Amino acid sequence: MTDSKKLQSWQYRISGNEKGDIKLHIQGRMDESNAGAMINDLSGLLKERSPSSLTVDLDEVTYLNDFGALVLVELKRIMTSGNGLFRLENIDENIRKILSVLSFDALGKKGSFGRPPTPGSLVRLGEATLRHVSDLKNLISFIGSVCLSLIHVILHPRSLRTEETFSYMQRTGVDALPIVGLISFLLGLIMAFMSAVQLEQFGANIYVASLVSLAMTRELGPIMTCIIVAGRSGSAFAAEIGTMKVSEEVDALFTMGFDPTRFLVVPKIIASVIVVPLLVLFSDVFAIFGGLVVGVGMLDLTIGSYVAQTIKTLTLFDVFLGFLKGAVFALLIAWIGCLRGFQVKGGAESVGQATTSAVVSGIFLIILTNSIFSVILRYWG
Amino acid sequence: MNRKAIIQVKNLVARYGEVTILDNITFDVYEGEIFVILGGSGCGKSTLLKHLIGLIRPYSGRVIIDGDDISHCDDKTFQKILRKIGILYQSGALFGSMTLAENIGLPIEEYTDLPKKAIDTLISMKLKLVDLDGYEGHLPSEISGGMKKRAGLARAMALNPKILFFDEPSAGLDPITAVELDNLINHLNMSFGTTMVIVTHELESIYEVAHRVIMLDKRTRGIIAEGDPKYLREHSQNLFVKHFFNREAEKETFIPKGQ
Repeated sequence: MTDSKKLQSWQYRISGNEKGDIKLHIQGRMDESNAGAMINDLSGLLKERSPSSLTVDLDEVTYLNDFGALVLVELKRIMTSGNGLFRLENIDENIRKILSVLSFDALGKKGSFGRPPTPGSLVRLGEATLRHVSDLKNLISFIGSVCLSLIHVILHPRSLRTEETFSYMQRTGVDALPIVGLISFLLGLIMAFMSAVQLEQFGANIYVASLVSLAMTRELGPIMTCIIVAGRSGSAFAAEIGTMKVSEEVDALFTMGFDPTRFLVVPKIIASVIVVPLLVLFSDVFAIFGGLVVGVGMLDLTIGSYVAQTIKTLTLFDVFLGFLKGAVFALLIAWIGCLRGFQVKGGAESVGQATTSAVVSGIFLIILTNSIFSVILRYWG
Repeated sequence: MNRKAIIQVKNLVARYGEVTILDNITFDVYEGEIFVILGGSGCGKSTLLKHLIGLIRPYSGRVIIDGDDISHCDDKTFQKILRKIGILYQSGALFGSMTLAENIGLPIEEYTDLPKKAIDTLISMKLKLVDLDGYEGHLPSEISGGMKKRAGLARAMALNPKILFFDEPSAGLDPITAVELDNLINHLNMSFGTTMVIVTHELESIYEVAHRVIMLDKRTRGIIAEGDPKYLREHSQNLFVKHFFNREAEKETFIPKGQ
């Protein structure tokens, strides 16, 4: 029995006998352009006929490369897995050379491979514990190193990289002003709206001003501003230092005798601690303005009465508290951003993780510290 | 000449803004040869390579790869050309989050219809070709610089491109590893007849692999020598070329009076 099939660049012919031995004559090229089709066609054919032996005649093959060899490997694998025999015939010198380069005889015996197997859950638990302990150690030593660097800069103010610091002040503060302003304005607007619905029932419209100004100045102003700063600048610090770590720039600094903490971290921390409280003040003002728009536009308050009520409500302590919170949060954001940057190991993926972690840890620290502030003020303030 | 030119560069001018890097460059690369582009630092070697692989479109002139003009073509043709070329970047440019097998398997899975098992076998073959069999499950961060280059080469060859480009293949390798890489280049060229275009300034490697070289010059912004490197070393009339091939820069004052 014989049959043949024609495709674009290759064709095959089959001859066989009653015992189930098949001889396959392949003609034409065996390369990447037709390897997939060949494997499909021929493996289908072998499955259909399930011969006891297969001889592949390569006499009329004009060209064969590793993709062609792959076809032969696949045929061999199918045959040997069914305990059939596989043989090559009429291999010319060139093809023989390529097959030997690829060590054809050894191929196809190995199974599929993947990543190394994941270790057991106990091992992973242990590894995670060790990782967290070393993370904690890192964290503490980083606090120490930042403190030392800050003390050094305070004692030797000239060692501060002023130009860098100003540039970070611009990026963290000035550039963030529009978005902080917009969000605070809208927040003030929303708060005024929501509280107005309730307060209107008691004819206490004027207290909208008190609510908006007090809530924003003491709590929401610093929190919202610092969450924005964590998203904008904390992530940027982590990515910047992380990329420097990957490209060995941090090592270069170290070997040149610079203290990487003093060189990279201190300007960022000082810049943030200076500008973020100012951003908080702006945020307060924009939010009060947002409340004012609702108060004057919808609640029939006059600008004068709204402003007077706001001034009456706020004490200097409230403003100062917001200012202080801003400074503390800024310190935490810059610190955790830089720390995550320094923890980068390896490549691009690690930088991504550090950036994410900088924002998430930053926001967590902001909320945590704010709770601590609340507790302290409740009992002490 | 009977040989078919697989890359034709015609009157190529490359500019960054107002600065001309390459001025009116014309040369051919023939099918199956190992062609080396060399020259001192800053002479535009890398710029030329970026033009050849289509990363930069020329200011004027044409770059024709296997019959298609890469400098003025639509996206479809460009994709077609990209399938014919493979590039080994200086650092290997392996994807750090993937194992070697996944790195090499990426283009194979994307562009062929092979079954998964066959792809795994093919990956083993490719790694065997660059003498990295057994490293399928390793991450790039777990292997040495020389191995990264070989793995990068295996990925560049994944789809058996007609032309392989090398950007400074021996940069950052120790002499023995560099020689091994040269041998590998020769071996692959002989086994598969792949055309290879190498950008380098490593002399030892040039004598080892190059069938033909062109040499670029910073001052003229053009080609100052073309031909067999050993012949150029002995017979070039150009003093700069002679000095370059004989490593004599530090022995004489050749700048710029010699020209």
